[in-house]
Amino acid sequence: MLSRTAAQLYWMSRYVERAENLVRMLDVTHSLSLLPQSRGALTELAAPLAVTGALEAYSARHPKLDAQALFNFMALDLENPASVLSCLKLARENAHAVRGQITAEMWEAINSTWLEGRQFPKRGIPSVSSFFDWVKERSHLFRGATYGTLQRNDAYCFIRLGTFVERADNTARLLDVKSQLIEPAVDSLMPVDAPSESAPDFYAWSALLRSLSAFEAYHAAYRDSLDGRRVTELLILRPDVPRSLRACCDEIVAILPQIEANPGAQDAGRQVKLLAGRLALRLEYGRVDEILDAGLHRWLTGFLDESAGLGEAIRSAYLEAN
Amino acid sequence: MHALTLPPPGHHDEMLLASGAIRPHYQSFAHWLQAQTPEALAKKRSEADLLFHKVGITFAVYGDEAGAERLIPFDTVPRIVPAEEWRLLEAGLRQRVSALNKFLWDIYHDHEIIKAGLIPAEQVFANAQYQPAMQGLDLPLGIYAHITGVDLIRHSDGGYYVLEDNLRVPSGVSYMLENRKMMMRLFPELFERYQVAPVAHYPTLLLNTLRHASTVDNPTVVVLTPGPFNSAYFEHAFLAQQMGVELVEGQDLFVKDDYLYMRTTVGPQRVDVIYRRIDDAFLDPLAFRADSMLGVPGLLSVYKKGHLILANAIGTGVADDKSIYPYVPDMIRFYLGEEPILHNVPTWQCRKPADLEHVLANMAELVVKEVHGAGGYGMLVGPAATAAEVADFRERVRANPSNYIAQPTLCLSSCPTFVESGIAPRHIDLRPFVLTGREVQMVSGGLTRVALKQGSLVVNSSQGGGTKDTWILEN
Repeated sequence: MLSRTAAQLYWMSRYVERAENLVRMLDVTHSLSLLPQSRGALTELAAPLAVTGALEAYSARHPKLDAQALFNFMALDLENPASVLSCLKLARENAHAVRGQITAEMWEAINSTWLEGRQFPKRGIPSVSSFFDWVKERSHLFRGATYGTLQRNDAYCFIRLGTFVERADNTARLLDVKSQLIEPAVDSLMPVDAPSESAPDFYAWSALLRSLSAFEAYHAAYRDSLDGRRVTELLILRPDVPRSLRACCDEIVAILPQIEANPGAQDAGRQVKLLAGRLALRLEYGRVDEILDAGLHRWLTGFLDESAGLGEAIRSAYLEAN
Repeated sequence: MHALTLPPPGHHDEMLLASGAIRPHYQSFAHWLQAQTPEALAKKRSEADLLFHKVGITFAVYGDEAGAERLIPFDTVPRIVPAEEWRLLEAGLRQRVSALNKFLWDIYHDHEIIKAGLIPAEQVFANAQYQPAMQGLDLPLGIYAHITGVDLIRHSDGGYYVLEDNLRVPSGVSYMLENRKMMMRLFPELFERYQVAPVAHYPTLLLNTLRHASTVDNPTVVVLTPGPFNSAYFEHAFLAQQMGVELVEGQDLFVKDDYLYMRTTVGPQRVDVIYRRIDDAFLDPLAFRADSMLGVPGLLSVYKKGHLILANAIGTGVADDKSIYPYVPDMIRFYLGEEPILHNVPTWQCRKPADLEHVLANMAELVVKEVHGAGGYGMLVGPAATAAEVADFRERVRANPSNYIAQPTLCLSSCPTFVESGIAPRHIDLRPFVLTGREVQMVSGGLTRVALKQGSLVVNSSQGGGTKDTWILEN
């Protein structure tokens, strides 16, 4: 496969995944900001700006932080390269460039998403939550079309690789934002003993779990009340929760050997496999107490650095070869 | 139920005789048509639009900033060609394309046709499309134009005339294929009424043609595109996918040790045949336009060593230039010793003083074209132009006569077409695609373009034209 084609397939799926996760993040900050006890709803609202590095661009265009302006900027503003619609546009542009490598169903899913989505800035959206649901649905449709129709070849591998590299990054960032927002109030991440005092935290953790579609999984796994320690364990270390860091890294490790290697020459993917394997092992044998002892924010920063290193290795091994 | 009307007198209509009666090969269709309600047909048309949009069959219009992509309007009334008419067309196309390939070989080798005095030397060697780099270069099988799209029109006398030989990078074949798929999807019952020759094997024929163009065993074929912003990008991607070959851009290719390679996820891979969809001038910044970002530095040197096949070859543009077009019938006689089966449109060459005088005096009745123009740009349709436009063009021609040719305003045949008010006659042309490898091959079909504006003779998609499915009957 052409290196450029691999890169475009990989980025196509990264942008779809990023749009979905951005919406998940907007969803959770939106619900948090609606809580009556919300400590400075604006802090919550600003979180997506911080995570996507769009704070400066936002302040340049909007004098103050308000919910509506922020939603428009993060969801619908095509001049914000990090907005949901910008991601959908970039996904579609990449798909357009590799039209011949994907199935008609995948193209239709991604193209009609953009055709519909680009109407929203002018026509408006029925409601914030219906927009969130729409983006998630479109992402599911694209992934389902990929899973259900695409030949299991290198194209499939690079698309799946993009999905899980992006998802691991996004879940880690979401967790990081949340932990920083929640930490000042709850005494770090200790179990919640007195429900009366910690109602806001209950809502914060449950919003986080719901935004990652892991609320039911939490209850099935722990059959117990919500606490930060267990939520952290679930979203970082559980292999059976599809958006956890562990699950993403396991997928990456499983995909890499399926990518066609150059017989004879030294395997360009060696470094990629090494880095991915190292990450996956850390998660497989890691324990939540070690993570919390090190400090969740510090641990997540380390993880994000390593996953960025993995992304870089993928780029130089496959996407910009020669 | 549906009123079928005749075009203005002096035009051949594909469906109706001058008496208004239905031509025999359209009778079954007309019978079917009258049984359909306008609502049901309108629904089918919007279904077609939606499907075309969904699969991304779009094209970009140059100079259009806002709408990066548009659909080419698709008309659901097919253009039907009886079997005996196609037999004649096919023989004529074979003959014409064979002669053009022999002409290209000749002008890049021994110049026999010039020595024989049939074509003035300056018409060939001073032509901007003539590539001196090709002189003396031997190509496998002596083929220059592997893929040709010949534009034909049907005149008021009912005969077919060649309007243009497109020997560079003719486009539109994807619409031929997609239009057929769409008609079969929308109106399967019509294909029970008619024995329509299939066209779906075109990509297979194309791939075979490209593979046989190389002397390498099991050659690697690629499609070279300028990229997603090109107006025909959809077609490039479509053909690459249908043939199962890579769609590459210049940045994916590089030259090393006299061979061409593409960058892949498993390292460099050699490329033997390029179906290129970019113009000569952009192929190699070292040899042609230095500012080209689309080509591959050093490509020409690989080509000249015989390590690469380009389809079409470099320098074919000289043979489809409007200044060379008037000589094609002579080429057929000279190289093949045959009388031309397909006719040329009478053409005045403004470089000749007598012709120029005629053109200047009769400009309001003529179609005047730039010699190197394409796509319906830089031309004047006299009868449709205002007096001011005619006067302006007269000055342009006078300033640079050799840059222009003129032809009579042709009475393009018409075909019933859906318009806002119902069904009305609209003018059409026909572009069959001819493949030249070990033999000359074509699928029985082509692209029918239709001018959707009443009375308009400009069928180009860039100028608001649409397309129709073209049915070549098998019996």
